[in-house]
Amino acid sequence: MCLGIPGKVVEVNQAESWAIVESFGVRKKVGIALIDEDLVPGDYLMVHAGYAIGKINLDDAQISLELWEEILHAG
Amino acid sequence: MLDKLRDPELGKRILSKLAPLAQEVAGRLGRPAILMEVCGTHTMAIARSGLRSLLAGSLELRSGPGCPVCVTGQGDIDRIIALAASRPDLVIGTFGDMLRVSGTNSSLEQERARGAQVEIFYSPAEAVTFAAGHPQNEVVFLGVGFETTAPAVALSVAVARSRGLKNYSVLSVHKLVPPVLENLLSDPELKIDGLLLPGHVCTVTGRKAFDFVANKFNVPAVVAGFEPIDLMEAIYLLLKQIVSGRAETVNGYPRLVREDGNNKAKEIMKEYFKPVNVYWRGFGMVPQSGLALQESLSFYDAAVRFPVEVSESVPPKGCACGDVLKGKIASSDCPLFARRCTPLQPVGPCMVSTEGACAAYYQYEWSKAEV
Repeated sequence: MCLGIPGKVVEVNQAESWAIVESFGVRKKVGIALIDEDLVPGDYLMVHAGYAIGKINLDDAQISLELWEEILHAG
Repeated sequence: MLDKLRDPELGKRILSKLAPLAQEVAGRLGRPAILMEVCGTHTMAIARSGLRSLLAGSLELRSGPGCPVCVTGQGDIDRIIALAASRPDLVIGTFGDMLRVSGTNSSLEQERARGAQVEIFYSPAEAVTFAAGHPQNEVVFLGVGFETTAPAVALSVAVARSRGLKNYSVLSVHKLVPPVLENLLSDPELKIDGLLLPGHVCTVTGRKAFDFVANKFNVPAVVAGFEPIDLMEAIYLLLKQIVSGRAETVNGYPRLVREDGNNKAKEIMKEYFKPVNVYWRGFGMVPQSGLALQESLSFYDAAVRFPVEVSESVPPKGCACGDVLKGKIASSDCPLFARRCTPLQPVGPCMVSTEGACAAYYQYEWSKAEV
């Protein structure tokens, strides 16, 4: 049961250390005790066994896609 | 944005670059390049993507020791089943894929049918909530998983402690990925040209924890994500290294993986667990590759509170799961595959867990024409 699922944050409760995330249309409450960074609705998290294990940096995803466009246009 | 990483059109365009590169590498090697992944989620993602058949002939993708249930030693499986069988007063909490794994004589599913209490939880947090709501029950959660799961299990013990629960404990058979890769890469019989590193384990450990793959063993390695475009990118980066004769441990999943990983997760793992020698299916004993609860936490340690002895443990007869986990053979090379061993009637754990190499191959790629 080693499955990571990405989800978009829709609600954060720092005091109680949880967030509601939405993945593929399903909302779930996940623990955020392992996340050091600030969280706001709209952030993306990687969730594993009920806990977020990392915050997804969308800028890096964009860079990755741009790199591909360069490689693909290089001929 | 993340949807773009699943875009079939982009995938096709990338494949038009990837396929000739794979052919070039195969031409140089005089055989298809062999790349290995070591993560159950990769096993499933690769099977679903269809990449294996799209690159067949020039590239071989193998699964390694990446499915936690599959790599759990037969002795540990037997101890878990014996605990459920001998202590029907306990509630055994587990992730779902452990239920049907065969021990030497039984399975958790069979013991449940005979009256053992087995509850399936998606998260250890659910197990500890269950324990809080059922003070009359003693709940034992089976801690099965790698660096991705161990911090969550440690947190469940932290919650039990802070809430003063007396009826929650953990049976830890957690395992660590770097030590088993050391073991795997030290095997002179192993022939792999590159490693796809497990993106979510690396989210916790950090990229640097896998520098040894390139530095010590001279094997190219790329931390890989799980969307189809991520997988193609990681394969592309590995093939580029092979072509140029380089070996580096590269981060192909920077949107999640940092150099040093997730410090909070690493700290809580260190606080709650200590590394111990454990047995892996297919590998035998791998030094310092398992996690046991710290001695100061023995009150939450089911191995201390409810010890069980089992006699000799024997893997299922004819099952080649151990060789599949070492990447020595492909699932379809096993004589039992799709004949005596299917997801409906699995013989070994690699066919039980949906993340197992055999189950994923059967589900997504295998066609009856091959038999």
